[in-house]
Amino acid sequence: MRRLDWERIASVVLIAPSAIAIAIFVYGFIGFTGFVSLSNWRQLLPDFTLVGLRNYQRLFANPRFQIDLRNTVVFTVLFLGACLVIGFLLAVLLDRGIKGEGIFRSIYLFPYAISFIVTGVVWRWLLNPGTAEAGSVGINLLFEKFGLGFLKWGWYTDPTVLYIHPESGVGQLLQRVGLGALAYSNFGMSVAIISLVIAATWQMSGYTMVLYLAGLRSIPEELREAARVDGASEVQILRHVVLPLLQPITLSAVIILGHISLKIYDLVVAMTGSGPGFATDVPAYFMWETTFQANRFNQGASIATVLLLMVAVLVVPYLVYSIRTEAKI
Amino acid sequence: MTTQRRKRGREVGWSRVLIYAILILSAMFYLMPVYVLVATGMKSFAEVSLSRMWDPPSGLHFHSFIRAWVGNPGIFRGLSENFMNSVYLTVPATLISAMLGSINGYVLSKWKFRGSDVLFPLLLFGMFIPYQSILIPLVQTLQKMHLYGSIPGLIFVHVVYGIPITTLIFRNYYAGIPTELVESAKIDGATIFSVYRHILFPLSLPGFVVVMIWQFTQIWNDFLFAVTLIGNPEVQPITVALNNLAGSFIVEWNVQMAGALMAALPTLLVYIFLGRYFMRGLLAGSLKG
Repeated sequence: MRRLDWERIASVVLIAPSAIAIAIFVYGFIGFTGFVSLSNWRQLLPDFTLVGLRNYQRLFANPRFQIDLRNTVVFTVLFLGACLVIGFLLAVLLDRGIKGEGIFRSIYLFPYAISFIVTGVVWRWLLNPGTAEAGSVGINLLFEKFGLGFLKWGWYTDPTVLYIHPESGVGQLLQRVGLGALAYSNFGMSVAIISLVIAATWQMSGYTMVLYLAGLRSIPEELREAARVDGASEVQILRHVVLPLLQPITLSAVIILGHISLKIYDLVVAMTGSGPGFATDVPAYFMWETTFQANRFNQGASIATVLLLMVAVLVVPYLVYSIRTEAKI
Repeated sequence: MTTQRRKRGREVGWSRVLIYAILILSAMFYLMPVYVLVATGMKSFAEVSLSRMWDPPSGLHFHSFIRAWVGNPGIFRGLSENFMNSVYLTVPATLISAMLGSINGYVLSKWKFRGSDVLFPLLLFGMFIPYQSILIPLVQTLQKMHLYGSIPGLIFVHVVYGIPITTLIFRNYYAGIPTELVESAKIDGATIFSVYRHILFPLSLPGFVVVMIWQFTQIWNDFLFAVTLIGNPEVQPITVALNNLAGSFIVEWNVQMAGALMAALPTLLVYIFLGRYFMRGLLAGSLKG
């Protein structure tokens, strides 16, 4: 019995350094950031006078931050949608006894091993619209070569924001039913975001494919065979047998891609920066600029806290759920 | 398994052709940036007009790579020093964090104590947080520890924030090793340390490979910590230096492409040669168990 006690102490001692490090560097630091977000620290020298929720009120009233939230939502929806659809399709096709499956899989997945900075640098040139004098470059040039010149556009340099105009028919209708507030540019999307979505999808869709492929491989062939015997078509089998069984995979993918998308920073830095009229600005980018370039630590801390809360809303239920189900098994 | 899958290859003709067409077109999309990177990097300075971006190089010229590596004295810095900084950062940080993860995973899977089931999810949450939410106190703390602006400081940071993922992968890995092995050794009088040294550690190689590939990739590719914690261009890792190089208007774009290829090469090589383990780490990092 004494020996067991000694072992118990030893096990706690072994894990203590990590536990303490996480307690300080994750939870302690989050607490400190939360504290700074309530303070008046907006120059190099700290000023810990508490100002309540004033920083948050100002933040949410800040037009740049409103645009950032819009961009985050738009980017997340498009990026998640693109990754899930492309990843699923590629996985389904690859699962059909394809010659050279391993090579295709490797080609689709390799961007995942690369840094977002490299991705950003390359795609900035690929999606560079070119100039009137020098002519088209990148993808635009490729469009021209294939006679698809009408597809050329400004990519991440296009400042257009698509939204429902208050004067338009739909806008009028919304106003009549009391939803006039939606006919407003903050509920639209800046088209420049599409460039970021393309680059990010290029990098991450292979990852989604791997997840789905692993999921497909774990579905017993007999299940599909049975459906086939019952006369179901391949598409019906996909919809009614395969997709429901892949739901846990889809959930994992949504959580992983979703939290990456909420935090996206490196790609924006390397590829577009804030963009025209903050068309490609995101909260993480705003946070870094305002904190480490403008020394407005209080504002930076409140952006960081909002980001953390968004990620926590997504991740915590998932973590709790997976730990619970694991415990049952 | 494979024979059953082969049987489903019964659809012949057009649908088969269509599937291959889609797969090959997709492959071209994924490879397109690589083509531009390699082709542009290989061009001579005379042929790098942007309007000929898609043309293949006339021969194998390595001028762009040399320029990106050594720089253009007096005009811009090359990436050679920064590449080595990344090596000095990534190698030790990867080794230390794998070791730490192995010990944590061992304790959390084979020596559970009261509270260890609460501790684990608390650790795990650390891998999802946006690092923006800890950057401000992190800068302050590193300054107080005299680690700010240095590679050892960055190593420390990567080791700390690598704890959740390395612990997760090792815990799941060790969970697959029969607990009876450990139990019977305990009855024979083995201690927590000797069980690890003589039983678990010798079986850990695949776990270490997976964790080390994962951490190597993460740390090599990191930008946020590096750009926040290191201001001196001579100490910066390659991702930060590449971003500076690419953001500069005086650097020719073929040099930027060559630099990007250099920054991508180490993790790409790991991916090409150890892809199987890379894939395993990726699944371990996303799915529980």
